Amino acid sequence: MTDQALSAGQQALAERKQRIRAGLGRRHMTENLFRFFGIAAIVAALGFVAILFIDVLSKGIPAFVQTNLRLEVTFDPEVLDIEPAPALQEGQSQADYRAARLAWERQVAMLNWNRIIEEALRRAAPAGFEIDSRQILSIPETDARHVVRALFVANPDLLGQTVPVDLVASANTDNWVKGSINRDLGDTQQQLSAPARALIDHFETEGVITSGFAWGLFTNVDSRSAPASAGLAGAFMGSFYMMLIVIVLAVPIGVGSAIYLEEFAPKSRFTDLIEVNINNLAAVPSIVFGLLGAAVFINYFKLPLSAPLAGGLVLTLMTLPTIIIATRAALQGVSPSLRQAALGMGASKTQMVFHHVLPVTFPSILTATIIGVAQAIGETAPLLLIGMNAFVASVPATPLDQATALPVQIYLWQANENRNFFEARTSAAIIVLLAFMITLNAIAIFLRSRLERRA
Amino acid sequence: MDMVAGKVKMTQQTLESSMDPMSSLRPVRIEARDVTVHYGAKQALFGISIEIPDRAVTSFIGPSGCGKSTFLRCINRMNDTIEGAKVGGVIKLDGEDIYDSALDVVELRARIGMVFQKPNPFPKSIYDNVAYGPRIHGLASSKADLDEIVVSSLRKAGLFEEVKDRLAEPGTGLSGGQQQRLCIARAIAVGPEVILMDEPCSALDPIATAVIEELIDELRENYTIVIVTHSMQQAARVSQKTAFFHLGNLIEEGPTEQIFTNPVNKQTQDYIMGRIG
Amino acid sequence: MNAYIIAALLIVLLGVAYQTGWSKSRSLVTADGARVHSRPQYHAALVAVWALVPTLLILALYGYFSSGFTRAYVVSQLPPDVVTGLDQNGLNALVARVRAIASGYGVAGEVQPYENSAGFALRQFQTIAFMVVIAAAAGTGILALLYARARITPRLRARNRVERIVNLVLLACSAVAILTTVGIVASLVTEAFRFFTFVNPLDFFFGTVWAPRFSSTGAGNAGQFGLLPLLSGTFLIAIIAMATAVPIGLMTAIYLSQYAPRSLRAVVKPVIEILAGIPTIVYGFFALVTVGPFLRDLGASIGLSISATSALTAGVVMGIMIIPFISSLSDDILNQVPRSLRDGAYGLGATQSETIRQVLLPAALPGIVGAFLLAVSRAIGETMIVVLAAGNSPVLRGNPLEPVSTITVSIVNQLTGDTDFTGPQSLVGFALGLTLFVMTLVLNIVALYIVRRFREQYE
Repeated sequence: MTDQALSAGQQALAERKQRIRAGLGRRHMTENLFRFFGIAAIVAALGFVAILFIDVLSKGIPAFVQTNLRLEVTFDPEVLDIEPAPALQEGQSQADYRAARLAWERQVAMLNWNRIIEEALRRAAPAGFEIDSRQILSIPETDARHVVRALFVANPDLLGQTVPVDLVASANTDNWVKGSINRDLGDTQQQLSAPARALIDHFETEGVITSGFAWGLFTNVDSRSAPASAGLAGAFMGSFYMMLIVIVLAVPIGVGSAIYLEEFAPKSRFTDLIEVNINNLAAVPSIVFGLLGAAVFINYFKLPLSAPLAGGLVLTLMTLPTIIIATRAALQGVSPSLRQAALGMGASKTQMVFHHVLPVTFPSILTATIIGVAQAIGETAPLLLIGMNAFVASVPATPLDQATALPVQIYLWQANENRNFFEARTSAAIIVLLAFMITLNAIAIFLRSRLERRA
Repeated sequence: MDMVAGKVKMTQQTLESSMDPMSSLRPVRIEARDVTVHYGAKQALFGISIEIPDRAVTSFIGPSGCGKSTFLRCINRMNDTIEGAKVGGVIKLDGEDIYDSALDVVELRARIGMVFQKPNPFPKSIYDNVAYGPRIHGLASSKADLDEIVVSSLRKAGLFEEVKDRLAEPGTGLSGGQQQRLCIARAIAVGPEVILMDEPCSALDPIATAVIEELIDELRENYTIVIVTHSMQQAARVSQKTAFFHLGNLIEEGPTEQIFTNPVNKQTQDYIMGRIG
Repeated sequence: MNAYIIAALLIVLLGVAYQTGWSKSRSLVTADGARVHSRPQYHAALVAVWALVPTLLILALYGYFSSGFTRAYVVSQLPPDVVTGLDQNGLNALVARVRAIASGYGVAGEVQPYENSAGFALRQFQTIAFMVVIAAAAGTGILALLYARARITPRLRARNRVERIVNLVLLACSAVAILTTVGIVASLVTEAFRFFTFVNPLDFFFGTVWAPRFSSTGAGNAGQFGLLPLLSGTFLIAIIAMATAVPIGLMTAIYLSQYAPRSLRAVVKPVIEILAGIPTIVYGFFALVTVGPFLRDLGASIGLSISATSALTAGVVMGIMIIPFISSLSDDILNQVPRSLRDGAYGLGATQSETIRQVLLPAALPGIVGAFLLAVSRAIGETMIVVLAAGNSPVLRGNPLEPVSTITVSIVNQLTGDTDFTGPQSLVGFALGLTLFVMTLVLNIVALYIVRRFREQYE
C-alpha cells in the first residue's frame, strides 16, 4: 500500500518533469530572441546617435576651413585717382576735420576697387590667360573690395605700393577647391565659368590659393551678398541676450513659485489646479508659446519685432515649468528631519526654507536651470513667429535691436540656394550649437558633482 | 491527487509514531556545504553547511540581517536575479548540484517553489494567478486539465471554498491572508518538490497567520518545506528542524525541540531567551 | 541715459534705506537695552521695501502714461491747420517724426520748420518732465523711508512683515505660470474667434482642402482653410514616429533595466539621452539632407518611389527624437513595478522574458500607455522637423511615401514674419494653434491621470 502510493506520486512527478523539460528548448529560444531584440534596440538607438553625429561632423568640419587667396595687391595711383587724406589743420575744429575726413572716405568708396583686385588676380594668372572681368572677379568673395578699401582707409600711404593681401575666396571657388561640387559636370551646370575654373586650378598649384581656419565664421555677421564671409557673430549675440533674459527671469520666478507651491501654499483645490496647470504647461508645444508671443508681446504690448527681448520672454515662459517642476522635486527630496531641526531651533517657516532647505537643494536647482536654459537656446519654432528669422546683417547692441539666434540662423542657412556651400556652413553652425549645448550640460554635471560632494 | 495525498499522510503518521524524535526526520533532500554569498565586496554568508530533510518543515531563525533569507534564496537560485551577488560552495538537491552550469535554473525553480514575505499576487485574476505556472511550464494538456490543477491547488492551499465564485476577479482584491494563500496555491500548482517560504506571515494578522501555519502543517506531508521566520514561536509551532543564523553564520541546527529546550550554543540560548535579536 | 539715472536712483535709495533701517535698529538695542522683536536685517529690509515701493509705483505710472502725455503735448505744439488737415494715420506718422527729431536720430526726407520746432519743444518738455518725475520719485522714496524709520520700535514685528512680503512675492511668482496659461488660452481663443468671423468653423474643421491665398492677391477670395489635410498629415507623421520610437524605446528600456549590467547601463543611458538634448532644428536638417535622400535611394533600389521629403522621412526622424523620451519614461515605470512581482514569477520558474512579457509589462501597462500618450502629444506638437522634412504638401492623402503638411507647418507658414493679424490668412494660425493646444492638452491630461493612477496603485 505504502510503496504503491509512493510510486504513484513518483510517477506523477516524473511525468511533470518530462513535460517541463519538453518545453524548455522553446522557452529558452524565446528568451534569447527577446534578449536579441533588446540588444538590437540599443544598437539601433546608439547607432542613431552615432550616425547623427558622424553625419553632422563630416559635413560641417570642412566649413571650419576656408579657402583664401593671397594676392599681391598694387594700390595703383592711376586707378585710385584721389587726393591725399586730409590731415588735421592748425586751428581746424575737431568737427570740421571729421567732416573732411568723412567726405574723403566717401570718395574712397566710390573708387574702382574691383579693378585693383582684378589687376592683382591677372598678375597672378599665367601670361596671356584669357578671361573676362566678370569671370575673374567671381573667384574672390564679393566683399574683397571692402577688405582692400579698409586697408587703404586705415593706411592711405599705401598708394603706389604693392602689398600682399589675404582675401576670402568666393563660395563657388570654395566649392570647386574642396570638391563640394562635381568637377565632371558640364559647363552649364557649373557655377563658375571654364576659364575661372582653370585659373583656380592654376592658383592652387602656384600657392595663391591657400586654406586657413575660418575665423570669419565666428567674427562675421550674416551676409547674403558674400556668403563665404557669412558668420555667426550676430546670432551668437542674439542667443546670448536671450539666454541672459531667461536666466534673469526664469530662475527667480521659477524657484520662487516652486517654493511657494511646495512650502507655503495651502493644500487646496486651487493649488491642485496650479499643479495640473504647470504639468500641462510643460507639455504645451513650443510653437504655441510662439503664438502667445506674437499675440501678446508683439501685437498687444508692442515689443519690437525680431528683438531678443521678445524672444527671451517667450523662452522664459517656456523654461519656467521645467525649473518649477525640478525645483519642487528637489524640495520634496529634502528630509523632514532637517525641517524639524530648523523649526525646533525656533526658526520661522520662511527662515527654515531660505536658510536650511533651499541651500541643500541648490545643486539640483542649478542643474535643472542649466538644462532648461540649454533647451531654450536650442528652440527655433517660437522664434520664427516673432520675426526672429529676419535677415539681420549686424550684431545687436542691445536686447531691443533686431537679431537672430543660433538655431534660427541654422534654419536660414539651410534654406540658402547655394546648397553645395551652405550644407557645410549649416552643419558647421550645428556643430557650434551642439558644442555650446554640450558645454552647458557638462558644466551642469560638473557643478552638480562638485557641489554635492561638498554638501 | 487527493487520494495520493491521503495515502501519503497515512504513511507518514505511521512512520512518525514508530520512531524516536531524532530519527523521525526523513532522509536528506537538500544538502548544503560551505555556502558563501557575497554582495559586491560585502560578504553576507560565511560557509553554511546544513541538511534539509524530506517532507518536513525546516525553519531558519535569527535576528534580522543574519543571512537566513539570503541562504533561503540560494536554494532556488533567486540570488541570480540580484546584481553583484556571488554564491560559493555546493548545494545539492537529491545529490545533484544546483549550481552546476548544466542545470537549468528554470527547471530548478519549477521543482523548488517559493512564497515571499509580502503576498505578491500578479495583477491578474485569481484563476490566472494559479494557472500561470502550469501555463508557462506546459503542465496542462487541455483546458479541463488546467482547471483541475487550479482547483486542486486552491483546495490544497485552503482557499478554494472562499474564492470559488470569483475566480475571475483580480487576485489583488483579496485580503492579505487570502493573498498569501493564493501565492501558496500558485506555488503548489507547478507541483514543486520543495517549497521555500520567506517569512510568509510577517505581513499578516494573527488570525491569518494561524490559518497559514495550519496550512504549512498540512503541506509538509507532501512537500519539503523550508521556512524563514522572525518569530521563534512560529518556528516552534510548525517546524521539525530548526537552524539558528547569526551575522551570516549558521550557529546551531537540530531538531526543533532540542534547539528550543536544550540549545548547545550560548548565542542560540541568548536568542531563544530574548537577549539578542 | 535715462535708464541709468533711474537705476542709479533705485540703487542709492535701496542702499540708504537699508542702512537707515539697520542703524536705527541697532540703536534701539544700545540705547535702552530693550528686547527687540526682530533682527536688524529685518528692520532694514522693511524700510527698504517701504522706500522702494512708492518710488517704483511713480516710475511705473510715468512709464505707462508718458507716451500719451507727450503725444498730447506734441499735438498741442503743432500748427492747428496741419493737425486738422491730417487723418489718424497721418497724425500718428507726424508725431513719430517729431519724436524722432526730438530723440536726435533725425528723420528721412524734408523736415518742415514746424516739425523742427515741435521736436525742439518736445525735447525740452521731455527733459523737464523726466526731471520732475525723478525728483518726485526720489522725494516720495525719502518720505516713505523716514516714515518707515520712525515706525521702528522694539516691538515692531518686522520679521513677520518681511516674511509676509516675501510670501506675497512668491505667490506672485507662481501666478506667472497661471497667467501664462491664461495668456495662451485668451490669445488663441480671441484670435481664433476673429478668424471664425471670416471663415465658417464648419468649413474649417471639416474642410478637405487647404489652399489659403496670399493676402496680396485681393480681398475677394481668401482661399480655403480646411483642417482635415493638415490633421491627416499630423497624425500620419505621429503614427510613423510612434511606430519607430515605441519598439526601440521600449525594448531599450526593458533591456537596460532588466538585463544590462550596471556598467553598460551607466554608459548607454546618458548616450541615448543625448538624443533628447539635441535641438529639433538639428533633427530637421538631418532629415532633410541625410535621411530623406537615403530613404529615397533605398526606395528607388527596391522599386518604390519615396519622396525625399515625406511623411516617412519626418516620421522616422521624429521617432528617433522621441526614443529617449519613451525609454526613460518606460524605464521609470518599469522600475516602479514592485520587485516582489518579479520575484514571484521567477520563483515559479518563469524565464526572464516570460516574467517581463507576462508579469512586468501587464502590470506596467497603464503607466506605459500614459507615457506613449505623452509621446504622441509631443509628436503632434513638434515643428521644426516637419517644417524641414515633411514636404509641405497639404493634400488629403494617406500615402506615407509622399509629402504631407501638418498643423504646425501651416502655423509657421501662415504666421512667419506677419504680425499684422487682420486677415484670415494670418488669423488661421491661431485657429490651428487652438486646435493643437486642445489636442495636446487632452492627451496630456489623460496621460497624466493614467500615470498618476498607476503610481498610486503601487505606493
